[in-house]
Amino acid sequence: MFLGRIVGRVVSTAKDPALTGQRLLIVQPVKPDLSATGKQLVMLDAVGAGAGELIYWCRGKEASFPFLPAEVPSDNTIVGIVDELHIDELHGERPS
Amino acid sequence: MLIARVIGELVSTQKHSSHHGRKALVVQPLDLDGSNRGDPVIALDAVDAGVGDKVLLVTEGFSAMTSVGRPESPIDMAVVGVIDRLDIHEGSAPAPARKQDNS
Repeated sequence: MFLGRIVGRVVSTAKDPALTGQRLLIVQPVKPDLSATGKQLVMLDAVGAGAGELIYWCRGKEASFPFLPAEVPSDNTIVGIVDELHIDELHGERPS
Repeated sequence: MLIARVIGELVSTQKHSSHHGRKALVVQPLDLDGSNRGDPVIALDAVDAGVGDKVLLVTEGFSAMTSVGRPESPIDMAVVGVIDRLDIHEGSAPAPARKQDNS
């Protein structure tokens, strides 16, 4: 799984019927020091995350499993909202 | 599988039910010379690893779900072992150059 921050949402009317009722959110991947890394992605939400929240998400086929037995076409899905991150100073990334 | 170091823990209350009761670790993948290999990731813990441990990390769904014991759940990474020791044969390719120890 990866860390990210919700930076927006997508509105889509004509889409796969299995995506009906699903929220499409735009996520900026972040590092544990909360700096941005890589490009933004669109993903589904399995936990009711909202704007600006720090989340973690799952990639690949597993991203469609939260919606079983519905077969929802998703390759990235938010699976948790981050309350706290504890990074060890000795072993964590030091800001350069 | 990747070699990685546990650098922290993630606390989450609102998360997928399959993640409840399992520690979520912040894990930094490493190269053989111990340098960072990309950005840290979040992995569920299958072996009771702790911060500072060097560990084995799987980054594929089936193996991650199986090791954590939660089939058909949104888990794509798991810590599946704690590394005691690494023996790297001198001169064996493609191991990266060892850091020079000038002490």
